[in-house]
Amino acid sequence: MNTAGRMRLRGMIRKESLQILRDPSSISIAFIMPILLLFLFGYGVSLDAKNIPVGIVIEQPDTASDALAGTFEHSEFFHPQRFESIQMAQQALDERRIDGIIWLRSDFSSRLFSGHEAPIGVIVNGVDSNQANITKGYIEGAWLFWLSHYAEAQGRDLLMPVVLEQRVWFNAALSSRMFLVPGLIAIIMTLIGSLLTAMVVAREWERGTMEALMATPLRTGEMLAGKLIPYFVLGMGGMLFSVALAVWQFDVPLRGSFWLLMLSSALFMLVALAIGLLISVVSKNQFVAGQVAIIATFLPAFILSGFLFDINSMPEAIQWLTHLIPARYFVAILQTLFLAGDIWPVLLANMGALLIMLVFFTVLVWKKTGKELEG
Amino acid sequence: MNLDHIIALVIKEFLAVLRDKRSRFVLIAPPVVQLLVFSFAATYDLNYVPIALYNEDRGGAAQELVARIEGSPVFEVIAHIDHDAEVAALINNRDALMVLHIGQNFSAGLQRGDSVSLQVILDGRNSNTAMVAMNYLRTILLDYNHAWLADRGQSGPQVSLHTRAWFNENLQSRWFIVPGIMGLLILVVALLVTALSVAREREAGTFDQLLVTPLRPMEILIGKAIPGIIIGILEATIILVLMLLLFDIPLRGDLGALYLGIVLFLLSAVGVGLMISSIAVTQQQAILGAFLFLVPAVILSGFSTPIANMPEVVQWLTYLDPLRYFLVVVRGVMLEGDGYGLLIHQFWPMAVIGIVSLAMAGWLFRRRMY
Repeated sequence: MNTAGRMRLRGMIRKESLQILRDPSSISIAFIMPILLLFLFGYGVSLDAKNIPVGIVIEQPDTASDALAGTFEHSEFFHPQRFESIQMAQQALDERRIDGIIWLRSDFSSRLFSGHEAPIGVIVNGVDSNQANITKGYIEGAWLFWLSHYAEAQGRDLLMPVVLEQRVWFNAALSSRMFLVPGLIAIIMTLIGSLLTAMVVAREWERGTMEALMATPLRTGEMLAGKLIPYFVLGMGGMLFSVALAVWQFDVPLRGSFWLLMLSSALFMLVALAIGLLISVVSKNQFVAGQVAIIATFLPAFILSGFLFDINSMPEAIQWLTHLIPARYFVAILQTLFLAGDIWPVLLANMGALLIMLVFFTVLVWKKTGKELEG
Repeated sequence: MNLDHIIALVIKEFLAVLRDKRSRFVLIAPPVVQLLVFSFAATYDLNYVPIALYNEDRGGAAQELVARIEGSPVFEVIAHIDHDAEVAALINNRDALMVLHIGQNFSAGLQRGDSVSLQVILDGRNSNTAMVAMNYLRTILLDYNHAWLADRGQSGPQVSLHTRAWFNENLQSRWFIVPGIMGLLILVVALLVTALSVAREREAGTFDQLLVTPLRPMEILIGKAIPGIIIGILEATIILVLMLLLFDIPLRGDLGALYLGIVLFLLSAVGVGLMISSIAVTQQQAILGAFLFLVPAVILSGFSTPIANMPEVVQWLTYLDPLRYFLVVVRGVMLEGDGYGLLIHQFWPMAVIGIVSLAMAGWLFRRRMY
């Protein structure tokens, strides 16, 4: 690029930067949205249940049944309440005051002492199926704990032929925040890169200032670069801010290399920007650009990226669709870099996919913009 | 207040929304795309768990266990490995979600009547997936234990759990998510229609014209609110039909209670929309304002993660979120078979939010006018 080209580019970058700084709505997306999302997700969203309200019905209290109830009362996962009768507990379940019932019938202890099988009735509210499964798992855990203690007290071994020893890698405590917060960075960068860029550039088309730019000696490449660079800086700023919050505020470990994180984020940022520009060129209207950006980039980044829901369990057609979502690759990179470390096969495959998308969208934007400017 | 004035404005609003290609697009495309994609993609259930087996035992007991895992519809055995060193690569590269290690003495130990242990290594990068997969494996082992004991004429542990799930008997997460999507979608539509209606007129300059008509501010407010409510009710009905026919979700409770909930919820959504509308000067600000309300409203509503898991301070915030109440209503009526009585504590907060936000919008309108 010659001197004149550099000057033109510098002028363009200056204009775009001023535009960002002076518009309250772009500032709000670039700074308020990341803070809001990080704090909401970091503190508000958790799949880890604690203090689950359960009802305990003991129809004939005695030492054996009290010991069993005590297991639940001392567990940090439950917040138990005693009920006099199963009907009262069922009513509480209907009224959503409790999420589950543990029911010891009146003959529980007599069956236990006479060597018969003594069943415990468990009812869980299944509406939130994921929560119900977790509750079920905790109840089973408390039951096994009690069983082993009971067997020990009787001086026998617990008859459990096979027991499972689990070791969880990367996130030993299975805390959902550890995987939600890294994934969130992909969503924040999508917001800045695609939604904000699409709407702001569409406004230029709407207001006709794009035509004014056309009349200047700016070339297509210079104009695109001039548009991209300020938003790139803004997006990377949002990224660094989010990483800092993730590491220092939410105690998410960063086990991989920081520079690899920067490199892959830069790659993803460029893809998101290219998509944002493409949406604005095609829609040329803020309202449509905003809608398309939400539907085509924000929502998929949320639902189809593996950020929250497991991709392998989606229907085949939708799994196919996820391959078209750049956030899918970036979420995999983020979760790996933060929690697992520099796992090259995962990183290379996903960065390769991002690179292909970058080339594809850049060529598309270049062609579209060039044509619009000349045509 | 003059009814004719309001009716005239309502008709005008409908024409404005329906004749504009872009507004029509907003009403039709996002809800359809979201309903279909969300409903099929948004599930916590796992139906494909890639597992690698590290089986060092050639005995029959180990083979039976392997057969049980291979026969499970959920687990897919992607590799059989022979060395410890292979475990790391499989988990690190995300080829396997878990590796099950059956030690050399597994069958022999079982035959002797010892308690033997199995090691399982899980990829915890997605903690929820790991926990759900672990629970599936536990269920298989529990069955295996029972069968092993029964074959040898021994009974299992004397005390057993008999678990039943109420309301969603097979614990399908689709039954939980899809009714939530109804709340989400009608909130988006009602909010956008009302948030944009005033902003659009401001931008086009027709709002001033509206002010010099004989319409009173209150009439303008009501005229602007009604289309959002009617469109919301229509969309809720379409989604309800799709839920019943396409997704086989039961309708166990009182349909009247559901519609009362829909109307109250829309009232609060429209109130918030008009409030945004009366503050925003341009359409872009209106869209951004709607977005800034929507994202926290969805996250704090219990749509995808339980409110009970949130910290206490955040839980207080959720009381301001109308979606929180509506989700209880729609899930309560569809799955739990609730009627008016059990839902009364969901109805009145929505009504309060609706009335307060409409009053605020009315006040902002008047303040902006004079």
